[in-house]
Amino acid sequence: MNAQATDAHHDSDHDHHGPAPGLMRWVTTTNHKDIGTLYLWFSLIMFFIGGLMALVIRSELFQPGLQLVDPHFFNQMTTMHALVMIFGVVMPAFVGLANWMLPMMIGAPDMALPRMNNWSFWILPFGFAMMLSTLLMEGGGPAAGWTLYPPLSLQTGDAFPFLIFSIHLLGVSSIMGAINIVATIMNLRAPGMTFMKMPLFVWTWFITAYLLIAVMPVLAGAVTMLLTDKFFGTSFFDAAGGGDPVMFQHIFWFFGHPEVYILILPSFGLVSEIIPTFSRKRLFGYSSMVYATASIAFLSFIVWAHHMFTVGMPLAGEIFFMFTTMLIAVPTGVKVFNWVSTMWRGAMTFETPMLFALGFVVMFTIGGFSGLMLAMTPIDFQYHDTYFVVAHFHYVLVPGAIYGIIGGVYYWLPKWTGNMYSESLGKMHFWLSTIFVNVLFFPMHFVGLAGMPRRIPDYSVQFADFNQIATIGAFGFGFSQILLLVLVVKCIRGGEKATDQVWEGAEGLEWTVSSPAPYHTFSPQPVIK
Amino acid sequence: MNKIQRVMGILFGGALWTATGPAWAEWELNLTEGVTEISREVFDMHMTVMWICFWIGVIVFGAMAISIVKHRKSKGVTPATFHESTFAEILWTIIPFVILISMAFPAAKMLIKMEDTSDAEITIKVTGHQWKWEYEYLDSGVKFISSLHADSREAATPGSGIDPTTVDNYLLEVDNPVVLPTGKKVRFLLTSSDVIHAWWIPAFAIKKDAIPGFINEMWTVVDEEGTYRGQCAELCGRQHGFMPIVVEARSEAEYDEWVTAQLAAAEVAASSADREWAMDELMERGEKVYGTYCAACHQANGNGIAGVFPALNGSPMVLEDIEGHINIILNGKPGTAMQAFAAQLNDADIAAVVTYERNAWENETGEIIQPATVKSMRIQ
Ligand code: HEC
Ligand code: HEM
Ligand SMILES: [Cu+2]
Ligand SMILES: [Cu+2]
Repeated sequence: MNAQATDAHHDSDHDHHGPAPGLMRWVTTTNHKDIGTLYLWFSLIMFFIGGLMALVIRSELFQPGLQLVDPHFFNQMTTMHALVMIFGVVMPAFVGLANWMLPMMIGAPDMALPRMNNWSFWILPFGFAMMLSTLLMEGGGPAAGWTLYPPLSLQTGDAFPFLIFSIHLLGVSSIMGAINIVATIMNLRAPGMTFMKMPLFVWTWFITAYLLIAVMPVLAGAVTMLLTDKFFGTSFFDAAGGGDPVMFQHIFWFFGHPEVYILILPSFGLVSEIIPTFSRKRLFGYSSMVYATASIAFLSFIVWAHHMFTVGMPLAGEIFFMFTTMLIAVPTGVKVFNWVSTMWRGAMTFETPMLFALGFVVMFTIGGFSGLMLAMTPIDFQYHDTYFVVAHFHYVLVPGAIYGIIGGVYYWLPKWTGNMYSESLGKMHFWLSTIFVNVLFFPMHFVGLAGMPRRIPDYSVQFADFNQIATIGAFGFGFSQILLLVLVVKCIRGGEKATDQVWEGAEGLEWTVSSPAPYHTFSPQPVIK
Repeated sequence: MNKIQRVMGILFGGALWTATGPAWAEWELNLTEGVTEISREVFDMHMTVMWICFWIGVIVFGAMAISIVKHRKSKGVTPATFHESTFAEILWTIIPFVILISMAFPAAKMLIKMEDTSDAEITIKVTGHQWKWEYEYLDSGVKFISSLHADSREAATPGSGIDPTTVDNYLLEVDNPVVLPTGKKVRFLLTSSDVIHAWWIPAFAIKKDAIPGFINEMWTVVDEEGTYRGQCAELCGRQHGFMPIVVEARSEAEYDEWVTAQLAAAEVAASSADREWAMDELMERGEKVYGTYCAACHQANGNGIAGVFPALNGSPMVLEDIEGHINIILNGKPGTAMQAFAAQLNDADIAAVVTYERNAWENETGEIIQPATVKSMRIQ
């Protein structure tokens, strides 16, 4: 993007262009930057909550035998950990980054639907308060895994209707967020900002938003059917009444597989912003990156049953879903090759955002390899529902999605706060996280292959060594994240002043406004030549 | 900065090497080769795919490493300006595509073979229950329940003070293993009485869900005699981690002997329902049945878990309503975790567990329930 922005006139001619004073600023705000900040803090807090749950899980698994928690509570922890991490950490973080950056990247003054924006954020704390409160109810919280398969999920106690309602709330919030993003990108691009000039983060979010709008209602439908099965005498999923428990799995994964791409596509976009900047070279194959993202999104709708190879599908179904799933590796490979080609013969430097982006490329690819192995039905029968799967999805989610997010935060933090963060703390955060994340998740491949099922609170003694290593990694990784908190707080409080450009190789509209970015940017809009 | 590459390279390469090399065999890093033709083919395909991934990794991460080492600003390089190449894009679309096709076809062929359940010589119906397995040999009529071995169960009770490493096959041992003859095609019919479970023996490379209301099929032919262990592989509630599967593969002669012995034992059990039982006898048997079938939910102390599993200690039904008590055990309560035990427990077992529940803990009713009473309620 060689866009030249005519810097926004901050001396606008109306009065209320600064934030409202006091706490009400955050409650009533319709400013995309404030709402972005709210989303990001919310996500960080939930990251620590979900992380604590993971540490409960890992502590129980430190050695064979039941030491700390009841198996029923253990199941509540795995279920809640996943729901918190997916709906409370990764998705809100992406929406937060989108809120902050999309308008600034496409030269828009704000999001298209600012009041809805406020609402879609403020639903979240209520939704999660309700979901977390189920842990205190009679019979405990949901314990059937985040996939909520019936009939097991129908055995949930008092928590059940609250769980369903909170999922509805999170779904409403996501759909509103997604509609807002689509509306903003469609309508508020600056003159000259054609689709094929949009930065990749904008593109990946644009596509993600359509995925969200398409599949969140499917999840809502599935959980509503659970609700009526439990309380209103329907039997959608009860064979005794003519229903089919496997039908739930089909519906769930028709949501669930696009959902996993919702959790990764925006990170693809983030990495595609960061790598060119620190390689001082334009992104290689911009248009093929856009097409690859679109093909991944399309394919993500026709692969869902790869999560269900053991349910006893017809042979033709198994073969179909194996082929389509393997096909997804092609556009994903194209992305990785393009990132590597972007680095090739660039002039690289290794500031913290770049470290996280490089970590992303390597470790996401490792997760992709195990994904390819899982795609092959005959051998998936061995891997399915073992720790090999846990290793796989954590490689794509933690050093994948989460690394993309953290990289993005470091990348734009100077633009948000006006101060440079501490590079040495950032590097320390990266190296500790990267060492521990591998100590944590790599051994899970081994115990999975050796036959340890997932979602179990206790295991046979031959799995003990690697579980111990993984638990050590978990505590290391968890504590390393405190560095992130310290660093962000320090950066907000002060530090070396950031320039507008911030990074030598950075290009794009967001770097043309001052640091910190003024409360209102781009009114009037810049013209892109 | 080549540090990152080196660290990752060592981690990934080293891990793959150890996973494939024999050096660490005792650490159990890799998939088992197993003891069936299918499991060996699965293992080979697993290794092939892993090596393909490994070499792609070497190329991709290698290219990254070279850039990171050579194309860094601190070396004073000026960045190139190229940023697209249609040729390259087509190339790295087509090459992976071809590699994938070459993997997909053998996989599809293998899948066709794995799903062919025809011409089985023995058929076993496997029913999952929370949290045990029921086996019924449809040809010979042998039928039994298999649940976690008492030693493991005891050691896995919080506060037991028993070190799991001192228990033989901790969590992988059952009271009644499945027995199969070697060299014969065995077909499994899988279903469930409550929630979804999954039956998995890694050494046979077979795993399939047991789904209430539906029947799934799979098959195996075991080549080598031995004992093979697996676990339930679908989250099925509180004790999901505690419902292992043990298969003993024996020679055909030994298998036949086992079948005969099982049938004889079943006859003895059936006749025991017709006589009068003494209190001590019932209490002793009842405690066992309770420990194996009921304690997982209602707890050994009879106090249940508030809000999930009701207490039987002091329960009005247990204290007063004999018919209701027997009835709920025979027929369960639809829509709750309390399942029907009519098919799993014989009259003596049910009489014993009812007597036990009515006299254990603080429930000192002094009542004795005879198997004949249970039998008469079954007929209704
Ligand atoms: C999977 C868990 C589970 C197992 C195993 C189980 N139960 Fe239950 N049981 C329940 C639940 C849940 C209820 C409550 C049903 C309801 O909602 O009324 C119950 C209710 C009962 C009741 C009625 C209690 C009352 O006060 O209303 C009796 C008696 C009983 N079970 C006996 C047994 C016996 C005997 C066994 C073993 C043979 C057993 N249960 C095994 C879950 C279980
Ligand atoms: C602090 C880092 C983390 C640790 C130590 C950790 C650990 C674990 C463990 C031990 C399990 C349970 C496996 C089982 O018993 O089956 C689990 C499950 C899961 N985790 Fe994480 N995790 C971490 C971060 C994340 C993140 C960031 C995400 C998502 C973005 C995530 C998503 C999931 C999901 C989807 C499951 C599956 C839950 C289920 O089986 O229903 N985890 N995690
Ligand atoms: Cu999927
Ligand atoms: Cu299970």
